[in-house]
Amino acid sequence: MHKYILWILLCSSISAISQNCDSSLSGAVIDLHDDSNLGGATIIVTDTGQAVVTDFDGNFIISNLCDATYIVEVSHPYCETTAFKVKVSGNTRKNLKLEHHLEELNQITVLGKAYSVKSKTILENTLTQQELERYSSGTLGDALNSLSGVSSLNTGNTVVKPMINGLHSSRVAIINNGVRMQDQEWGSEHAPNIDINSVSNLTVIKGAAALQYSGDAVGGVIVAEALKVPVKDSLYGKTLFTGASNGRGTSTTSQLTKSYQTGWFTTVQGTLKRFGDFEAPDYNLSNTGMFERSMSINVGFNRFSYGFEAYYSLFKNEIGILRASHLGGVWDLVRAIESDKPLIIKDFTYTINVPRQDVTHHLARLKGFKNFEGVGKLSLQYDYQQNERLEYDVRRGDDKYKPAMDLQLDTHSLLLDLDTQPNDELNVKSGITANYQKNFPDPNTGVRRLIPDYKKYGLGTYLIATYKWNDALLLEAGGRYDFTYMDVYKYYRTSFWESRNYDERYPELVIEEGSYEVLTHPELYFNNVSATVGATYALGEKHKVYFNYSMASRAPNPAELFSEGLHHSAARIELGDLSFHSEIGHKISMTLERHHEKFSFSIQPFVNKVDGFIVLEPVDVNFTLSGSFSVWEYRQTDAQLLGVDVDASYAFSSDFRFNHQFSLVKGYDRTLDIPLIHMPPVNTTNEIVYQSQEPNKLRLSLQSVYAFRQNEYPNNNFEVYVPELGETKVVDVSTPPDAYHLLNFNSSIAVKATEKSTLTVGVSVTNVMDTSYRNYLNRLRYYADDLGRNFLLNLKLNY
Amino acid sequence: MKTGKLLATAILSAALLMSCSDDDDIPEEVHEEEVITTLIATLTPQGQGTEITLESQDLDGDGPNDPVVTVSGPLAAGVVYDGSIKLWNETEDPAEDITEEVEEEDLEHQFFYTVGSGLDVSVAYANFDTAGDNLGTEFTLTAGAASSGALTFTLRHEPTKPNTGLEDAGGGTDITVTFDVSVE
Repeated sequence: MHKYILWILLCSSISAISQNCDSSLSGAVIDLHDDSNLGGATIIVTDTGQAVVTDFDGNFIISNLCDATYIVEVSHPYCETTAFKVKVSGNTRKNLKLEHHLEELNQITVLGKAYSVKSKTILENTLTQQELERYSSGTLGDALNSLSGVSSLNTGNTVVKPMINGLHSSRVAIINNGVRMQDQEWGSEHAPNIDINSVSNLTVIKGAAALQYSGDAVGGVIVAEALKVPVKDSLYGKTLFTGASNGRGTSTTSQLTKSYQTGWFTTVQGTLKRFGDFEAPDYNLSNTGMFERSMSINVGFNRFSYGFEAYYSLFKNEIGILRASHLGGVWDLVRAIESDKPLIIKDFTYTINVPRQDVTHHLARLKGFKNFEGVGKLSLQYDYQQNERLEYDVRRGDDKYKPAMDLQLDTHSLLLDLDTQPNDELNVKSGITANYQKNFPDPNTGVRRLIPDYKKYGLGTYLIATYKWNDALLLEAGGRYDFTYMDVYKYYRTSFWESRNYDERYPELVIEEGSYEVLTHPELYFNNVSATVGATYALGEKHKVYFNYSMASRAPNPAELFSEGLHHSAARIELGDLSFHSEIGHKISMTLERHHEKFSFSIQPFVNKVDGFIVLEPVDVNFTLSGSFSVWEYRQTDAQLLGVDVDASYAFSSDFRFNHQFSLVKGYDRTLDIPLIHMPPVNTTNEIVYQSQEPNKLRLSLQSVYAFRQNEYPNNNFEVYVPELGETKVVDVSTPPDAYHLLNFNSSIAVKATEKSTLTVGVSVTNVMDTSYRNYLNRLRYYADDLGRNFLLNLKLNY
Repeated sequence: MKTGKLLATAILSAALLMSCSDDDDIPEEVHEEEVITTLIATLTPQGQGTEITLESQDLDGDGPNDPVVTVSGPLAAGVVYDGSIKLWNETEDPAEDITEEVEEEDLEHQFFYTVGSGLDVSVAYANFDTAGDNLGTEFTLTAGAASSGALTFTLRHEPTKPNTGLEDAGGGTDITVTFDVSVE
């Protein structure tokens, strides 16, 4: 492709050769990265065949040229040969810049591309490609769960929502390839719409320090990055296949990358996962199958001084929700809690019936950057996301095959970033963002909208500076401002509108009054300021101390503002509040890290104080013809979370290693002085790993996961009269399940398949002892046990 | 140069996409199709006597208002009544008959009758599904001696059929309505 362009340019320049041919071209060949002069570079004028070599200082001069446009080819032992188009007129001077050190360049490009603004003053917890591959058949949440301080709020075993230091949903921002995911993340039963196999590097920042992407991550930020492509001629790929006994399904994923020395590259990736009903040790978990299809394609052109990338990904997932979790009234809930087995158990099937979720997420991103000399790197990104969520419920009659919820969320974002380095010590990143979001709940569902129609406009700007005081001390400070405007149309039930006194408080919002409902038009404005300051100090070669304070400010999400109705999977009525203001979190975290081959560790204590923390709690029981339901209302309070995450690793020998993790978090509602709901119980993971240094890379590991019982929880139990029993029952929705201990085994060995390809074979067993347990952070724990033993066979072919 | 053009194109296309937001359409009201707002049980005496109706109506569904429960009068001691249950969705105009849907999906539904302590009545199924198991949108109620107490109708979706009662029926509760009735 490029060669043709060169030829065309070349031909067109020949025709220009005519008159005056005593001009010259002089200048220097310069390293693009550090402006140093390159001696010993060869310069060939392709039209005339003239060749010169630069002197020690990189200078050159070519005489007897005509006043015309020439193509000159510059080569250097450590550089990629580059052609330049030069217009000669008289004695012309021009400096020719080369990209020096091919290998080094790759690294720089990688660093430049890696969203290095993650944070320099919070220890980042990262999962590498190798670690991620072990979770190939699972979800993003499963993989994140393996990091200390990260847990997950589950709905069954396929909807896994990451939780950082006790916080989740809208409080955790997920950045997928530089794009903030907008996938109705507010719902606690909505898992992130990312295929784990499209991620090659996953980073967790336990704080709101990544201000480039968001200022509202009260809990933290998860950054998923795709494979980095080196600037060289290459074609490579991999295929991963996993077969699992539990769920009787398979997962297959393939990835292929083609790159060119010119900087062009393409990566194509696709995944197919299909599982039937999963099994607890004692019974089938009816309707828990899943069917995931996803693909992504990335095309780009990458140079040090400029680059361009187009990325598109499609993620489609059908997830069955445990049949026994869809309930009628409160008595069903009482029956479910009192029974040690799910109330509905059917035979194994691959069919995904109701209730189920069917989610499709499109993400398209265009990004370009250019390095301006003396200014810095300017990047512009536009991204578009469409999230379509269909939820099918147990319904009757003609509605049986209609979704009970049909939401379409479209988001457009524009980001302009400038990364400057005024001197060696100071790095400043700044930018502006604009976004537009529209939510469309389809009224054809025949069910009142859970999330109303709205349009949201956002405008933000940020500035982050890092300053290297000396070799040991690094300082970081940043700020961000966000403006949000929400334009909402919502039908409220007249009875609810009046019971909340909204008819007196917000009469101006009503635009139409019907027989059972009022149509309202709320317009909400939020101004949010967030900031971060921090420092990193190196104590000798092995130890490092991190300190970070970050203030995050989050506008309430649509569920918190507008919920008003029955949530079937929880058998409760959830009510939002129109008057909520932004939630403001102040998080202080510190880390002591030791980095050494033999013994390394990190200790990360933190305190997170959140003003205006929005909690959902039971307040009442509501009677309907379907029985009575508990009513849960969102409330704003002041919360405080504190805890510590510990990681340690000790090598007994070059082959044997012991890894330890410990996480503790305590969360309290400071207004009522009660514990917060859904705080992860104290847990510890210990693992012995044998990793052979031989070419077969034999790896064996035995892991023990122990989760304590959560002893601090709010008492949300309530009493209800059950007419069928003629008695009043206490509905125990609060008591956490007992502690549990799980053993997991993992092994892998690499075999050379052909000259250029390697086959890695792995066998692993999770829940080796087939332990029956329930997880406090699984929303379906009232209804069924968690997964039983699972045998997995992994095959990976690198080519 | 090339990058410049690409950037310009990107900005332009983004601006275009952002600007083509549509007009402010007011969303249409959702017609709730499945909600059961009203249950009416009609008790017609075999032979002479007064017809009794038991009605529970909750027009705001899962909204904050409680159902309005009315019982037209006391049952007569010793009388056998033919009972029938009608379910309505009154948020629709005209009101939609939900009983028809339940009877069409008879294999997946069953009514249960719970007689509270103190009340001397007995209830028996009077209609059955296509497999011959109990359905119960029709029933026979025999009033015993003078007494009073609670009478509860429960509709289960996807119960285990046949069953011996609510305890081993399983399934999910579609409806549970209780009436305070008396026999005089």
